[in-house]
Amino acid sequence: MTKPANSWEKLRNFTDARVALGRAGGSLKTAELLSFRKDHALAKDAVWTELDIYFLQEELKKLKLETLVLETQAKDRETFIKRPDLGRKLNASSTESLQTLSQSKEISIILADGLSAQAIALHAIPFLQEFLPLIQGHSLAPISLVKQGRVAISDEIGELFSSKLSIILIGERPGLSSPYSMGVYLTYNPKAGNTDEKRNCISNIRTGGLPYAYAAEKLAFLCSEALRLKLSGVHLKDTFDHHLLKNESGKN
Amino acid sequence: MVYQHSVGNFNFSFPDLKTVLAKASPEKSGDQMAGLAATSEQERIAAKLVLADIPLKQFLNEEIISSEIDAVSRLIQESFDAKAFRPISHLTVGGFRDWLLSYETDGEKIKEISPGLTPEMVAAVSKIMANQDLILVASKIRVITKFRNTLGLKGHFSTRLQPNHATDDAKGIMASTIDGLLYGVGDAVIGINPVSDSAETTLRLLEMLEKLRLQYEIPTQSCILSHVTTTLELIARKAPVDLIFQSIGGTEATNSSFGFSLNTLEEAYQAGKELNRGSIGDNFMYFETGQGSAHSANAHNGVDQQTCEVRAYAVARKFKPLLVNTVVGFIGPEYLYDGKQVIRAGLEDHFCGKLMGLPMGCDICYTNHIEADQDDMDNLLTLLGVAGCNFIMGIPGADDVMLNYQSTSFHDQLYIRQVLGLKRAPEFDEWLIKMNLMESSGKMLDISSGSKLLNL
Repeated sequence: MTKPANSWEKLRNFTDARVALGRAGGSLKTAELLSFRKDHALAKDAVWTELDIYFLQEELKKLKLETLVLETQAKDRETFIKRPDLGRKLNASSTESLQTLSQSKEISIILADGLSAQAIALHAIPFLQEFLPLIQGHSLAPISLVKQGRVAISDEIGELFSSKLSIILIGERPGLSSPYSMGVYLTYNPKAGNTDEKRNCISNIRTGGLPYAYAAEKLAFLCSEALRLKLSGVHLKDTFDHHLLKNESGKN
Repeated sequence: MVYQHSVGNFNFSFPDLKTVLAKASPEKSGDQMAGLAATSEQERIAAKLVLADIPLKQFLNEEIISSEIDAVSRLIQESFDAKAFRPISHLTVGGFRDWLLSYETDGEKIKEISPGLTPEMVAAVSKIMANQDLILVASKIRVITKFRNTLGLKGHFSTRLQPNHATDDAKGIMASTIDGLLYGVGDAVIGINPVSDSAETTLRLLEMLEKLRLQYEIPTQSCILSHVTTTLELIARKAPVDLIFQSIGGTEATNSSFGFSLNTLEEAYQAGKELNRGSIGDNFMYFETGQGSAHSANAHNGVDQQTCEVRAYAVARKFKPLLVNTVVGFIGPEYLYDGKQVIRAGLEDHFCGKLMGLPMGCDICYTNHIEADQDDMDNLLTLLGVAGCNFIMGIPGADDVMLNYQSTSFHDQLYIRQVLGLKRAPEFDEWLIKMNLMESSGKMLDISSGSKLLNL
C-alpha cells in the first residue's frame, strides 16, 4: 500500500473497499477506471476455472481422510452456469455409488466448486484442519468431492448417508476484490428439497475475510447447537459472537 | 377460458391467463429454465396480441394462483379497491397502455386508479410495453415518502449508502460510510448488509450508525438489513431501529422460504409504528425484491418471474414503505442472462412498482458470472434516471466487498446528477452545503484534510 498522502486517503487503511478514489470532475480517474476493469477480467475468468479433484484427494489423504468423488447432472461448466437446478442433483452413477455404501454417518462433509473452484483449492484444506478436531467423537462420512455442485447438493448427499448434519464447503460467487472466497452451509436433517431457510451460512472465508480458526469454531458451535435443538436455519439464531464474549476473546 | 391468436401460418392457443402472461414475457433465462417461456418469437408475439385484447376485468375473474393456497393472492383480493378501478374498468390491457401514455393521463390520475390495480394487471400491461413506454409512464409518477427527509420529489434522486464490510468490522464500515458522505451519498438510507445475522452484530452496527448520525446531525435514516425477526427482537430490546428491513417475494411459499409470513410483517409494522422515530414522516419499512426470487425458491406456481415480482409489490404496498428496492442483477445468469435482460427487468420493475404506488429504487447490479459489465449498468442508470427512479445504491467504487457483486458507485450518482440535473433530498443537500462538502450549484468541493467528517 502506498503511503497515504492526506487524511482522506487514510480511510484505505481500514477497508478493502474502494474508498478515497478521488475524482476527475465527479467521475473516476483513469487509473481507477482501468483497475476496476482489470479486476472484473480476473473475476470473470475465476468463474470458469475447473475444480482440481486430484489435488484435493492427495491433500485429504495426508489428513487420513477417505474421499468420494461425485458428479452432478450438470455435465460441464457452461451447463452448470445456466442450469443451477442440475448442479443440485447427483447424476445416476453417483447416486448409485452412494446407495451401495449405505452406512449411516452422523456428519457428512462435502467440498464443491460452486462458482469459484479456486476458493476450495485454497481454503478447504486449512479450514478442515481447524474444524475436524472440534467435532471429534462424531462419525464422519467420507469427504465428498463434487464437481459442478451447488449448495443444495448437500441435502441429497447428507440424506443418502442418513446424516444428522450436512456441511458443504463451496466456492462463493467471485467478487472483484475477492475472486476466491469460500462459504460453508450447515443443514440439520438434510433432505432433498430443503430450502434456504433450513440452512445456516458462514461466508467470506478467505484471505482478508473470516479467518479459518474463527470460522471453524463458529461452525462447531452451530453444529452442537443444531444437534442440541434438532434444527438449523433461521430458527437457529447465531449467538456465537455473544457466546465468545462470555467465554473467551473472539479476536482473530 | 381459452386464449388464442394466429401469427403467420400458426394458430397459438393458451389454456389460461397465467400461461398468456408467461408466454408474452420478454425473454428471460429464468422463465426458460422453468419451462414457462415462449419457445419462439412467433409464440411470444401471439401471446402479446392475445394479452392486449384481454379486458382488465378478466383479471378479477381469473386468479393466477388460487387464494385458497396462497396468502399473497388473498392479500391481493382483499386489498382490491373497486372504486379506484371504475374509471379504467372498461379497458383492455392494450387500451390501458394507451390510456397510460395519453397526454391527459398525468401522475395524479394514475395515482387515483392505482389502488384498483392488481399486480397481474400491472405485469400484463408492462409485457406489451416498449422500454420507452416503461420510462415515459414511470416518469409521470412521483411517489414521495418521508422519515427524516423527503424522498422522491420531482427532479430529485437519492442514494442508499451501502458500506458493507467482509467481517462487519466497525472501522472498515465507518471508512466506507465517511467516504460516501464526502460524495453526498446516503440520503435514502445508510444501510448495511451484515455478514452475520446475529442480534449482537446488528445491535453493534445500529448503535454505531446512530452515534454518527447524531454527532453530525445527518438528516437521514439507518438500517441494518437483518432478517425481520432479528430486527423485531432488537426493537423489543430498545435498540435504535430506524427502518425495518425484509426481502420479500410474490408468493406465500417464497416468503416462507425467506423465513417469514405476512403476519410477521404485520407484527413488525405495528412494532415500528410504536417506535415513532421518523421526524417528518412515518414511512419506515424497507423492502427488497428482485425477479427470480420465487423461481429460485421453487415457489412460482407456474407463474413467470416478472409477474411474481409484481405480486411482491402488492405485499410491499400494504405497509407504506419508505423504500422499495429491486435488486435487479444479483440473482445470476440462470434468471437474467445478460445485460439486455437485466436492463429490461430494471425498467419493468421500476415501472410496475411506481404504478403500484411504491417508492421504487433499483440496485443496478450484476455478478461476475453473467454476461454483463459496468457499461450495461451505466446504460440502465441513465435510463432509470430519465424514468424518475427514487434511489440507487452507492457503493465505494461500485464494488461490494462483502456481497461479491458490482452495483453503482459514489461516482455514478455524481454522473447522473450532472447529466440530468438531479438533486438529493432537499434536507440532505442543505446538510452537504452546511458541511462544506458541496456548492449550492451541486458541484462537489475538493475534500480538504480538514473536513470535519475525517476527524472521526
